[in-house]
Amino acid sequence: MNRLRRLLIRVMPRKHAEMGAHRKIVLVGQPNCGKSTLFNEVAGYRSVVSNFSGATVEYTRSHVKVGSEIYDLVDLPGTYSLSFLDEAEQEAQKFLLNRKIDVIINVVDASLLSRSLELTLQLTELEIPMVLCLNMMDEAARKGIQIDPKTLSRRLGIPVVATIASKGKGIRDLFETAARTAHEGLKARHIRGHRDVELIIARLSRYLKQNLRKRVSFSTHLLATKLLEQDPFFSDIIEGEDSAVHQTVKHYRKELAQAHGRSSDEVIAAERHSLSMSLFEEAVQIDKPVAHLRDRVDAVLMHPFWGYVFLLSILFLFFNLIFRLGGLAEAPLLAIFDKLVNLITAELGTDTLTGVIVVNAVQGLGGGIAIVLPYLFPFLMGLALLEDIGYLPRVAFLMDGLMHRIGLHGKAVIPAILGYGCNVPAVMATRILDSPRDRFIASFIAAMVPCAARMTIIFGLVGYYLGGNAALALYLINFVVIGLSGRILSRLLPEVTPGMILEMPTYQIPRLKSALMKTWFRMKDFIVIAMPLLVAGSIMLGFIRLWNISDGINRLLVPVTGVLGLPREVGITLIFGVLRKELSMLMLFQALGTQHIDTVLTSGQILVFSVFVIFYIPCVATMGALGRQIGWRGMALIVGFTFVLAMLMGVLTRGAAALIG
Amino acid sequence: MTLDQIEAGRTALVTEIIGGFRIRQRLNCLGLHRGDRIRVKRSGIMGGPILVELNGTEVAIGRGMAKKIVVTLS
Repeated sequence: MNRLRRLLIRVMPRKHAEMGAHRKIVLVGQPNCGKSTLFNEVAGYRSVVSNFSGATVEYTRSHVKVGSEIYDLVDLPGTYSLSFLDEAEQEAQKFLLNRKIDVIINVVDASLLSRSLELTLQLTELEIPMVLCLNMMDEAARKGIQIDPKTLSRRLGIPVVATIASKGKGIRDLFETAARTAHEGLKARHIRGHRDVELIIARLSRYLKQNLRKRVSFSTHLLATKLLEQDPFFSDIIEGEDSAVHQTVKHYRKELAQAHGRSSDEVIAAERHSLSMSLFEEAVQIDKPVAHLRDRVDAVLMHPFWGYVFLLSILFLFFNLIFRLGGLAEAPLLAIFDKLVNLITAELGTDTLTGVIVVNAVQGLGGGIAIVLPYLFPFLMGLALLEDIGYLPRVAFLMDGLMHRIGLHGKAVIPAILGYGCNVPAVMATRILDSPRDRFIASFIAAMVPCAARMTIIFGLVGYYLGGNAALALYLINFVVIGLSGRILSRLLPEVTPGMILEMPTYQIPRLKSALMKTWFRMKDFIVIAMPLLVAGSIMLGFIRLWNISDGINRLLVPVTGVLGLPREVGITLIFGVLRKELSMLMLFQALGTQHIDTVLTSGQILVFSVFVIFYIPCVATMGALGRQIGWRGMALIVGFTFVLAMLMGVLTRGAAALIG
Repeated sequence: MTLDQIEAGRTALVTEIIGGFRIRQRLNCLGLHRGDRIRVKRSGIMGGPILVELNGTEVAIGRGMAKKIVVTLS
């Protein structure tokens, strides 16, 4: 006990200890319960917090030192129950059912105690030592909810600790308690509900224990409950068993349904609900809530008219700010890389093998760092702030009606907005959607949204030579085409989507640390996936120049450039646009041998070129993300579709330009 | 009547949730059960979702989903 008093929680650097050799503490909780804030408070920079459900899709881990012992700390994605409905929840369930866990910390938003207890009750069935963490006690107090931890602790048979993670309160106590619980192996008491339901679960559980051929890694009591609940995942587990097993399960389901006059899954769910309600009523005293700003803010931000005015203004300011901030950083960064390239060229020359490789690698790196990151960073940072404040769910609410026209629902607007920064994290973000079909369409849309790199083309070519209005018009046309494509696609893939159910969290004051961490996490997607491809593409470009094979490539692309009415030399730039979108423009200057494009191309040709480049084939990095997210066949489909679409748009633009003259 | 027919500001009692395991599960998870009393706070334009208040939280429910929630006014 003395040692426990001198406890110090701090993070151990990864290299100091190998993962897996330590006792494991696992954080489990519903989305938005402050679990990740708690994790970040002890673990530093590795996890991501969000005020939007489904933010943590893969679990994050770190080491914490409690007393003299080092523990593995795992932060699972938020999950509402042990039955998963999306990929994030599936990840959490898989971990809980299959891994060896020494202690679970069930983090609960104290202001939503009655709902949260339903997960708690399911977790107790895992028969793993557990601590209940009542987080956000300040928010609960504001809502007039007074919780008595002692009563909860007595009823559940596990330690209960109150915390306010966002202020760092109670965290040390929580981890000390968790460590103690892990050592003592203290498991939760089984809380009994109605006798007849309990009896049926117990009977089925006993039957399964004796008759299952397959060994399951968790309690048969849990399996029995979930089978009676008709959870498809658990039903799959007993798929290969004898027909007698299936008969027995069916028999008990029927017995339960007959006794209660509704389907067995409803009986189990209602049972759990009433158990948590009675726990809640025992442990909680309700006072008058303190008036919250929320209703007044929502009255404006979710207003059927002003809500949209604010949405548009916020987006307008947002993109303006990104463009200015990005511009500030781009020029000096480019200058640094230019100097570097000149230096290397002087040293190694441009016709040696090493010279070509090094110079082009540096140029590729420079493109990513100087052209993309200056826009990507403020974009992701701003988005993280909007997310933490709690504005994104409101956007989803406002956009739901519109998104339904293209066969998706409001939540799908999030990856689309992300796409304006970079398509790679946007495609990754489609994981927040429930159905594979929705994820496919949303990925499709995300890959078509003009990212920061395409934005440089729109502004650098169209904006510069044809004026700002033309650039804006291009954005609008792109928006309409994306909408139409989405609509066509959802017609081709008809499916009744479950529709949107989305929690509207209370507004929070964003914390800089959390926003920075989230930004870093998403930038990593770009750096890890896109950067290597940029460098490789750049080197390839160097060789094409070195070996003088661009003529051959241009000749191959005559069918494309011919139809679009563009000079043959432009062909090669299209290839490079696939590697890096902004390369198309940079290459255009080189291919045509001038910085003044308007001396060689007509305004119409500039427009055709830009339209084509904006719509055709996503860049290699996005293709990689698409392949991982929706499979390689889906990716190939998107590549094919966008190519045909770009040709069509290019020809239409050519025609329109000819008409206007 | 179903949830999508309730005007903003009214309170209703959930009498049934039409649909299978997944739909009920989704709604249960966010705190909506048969027998719960809910208040419609606002409904979105252009067939947008319905914002309901239940057990101290607010949840936006898409119109398609709202059609599956049978309620009686109270």
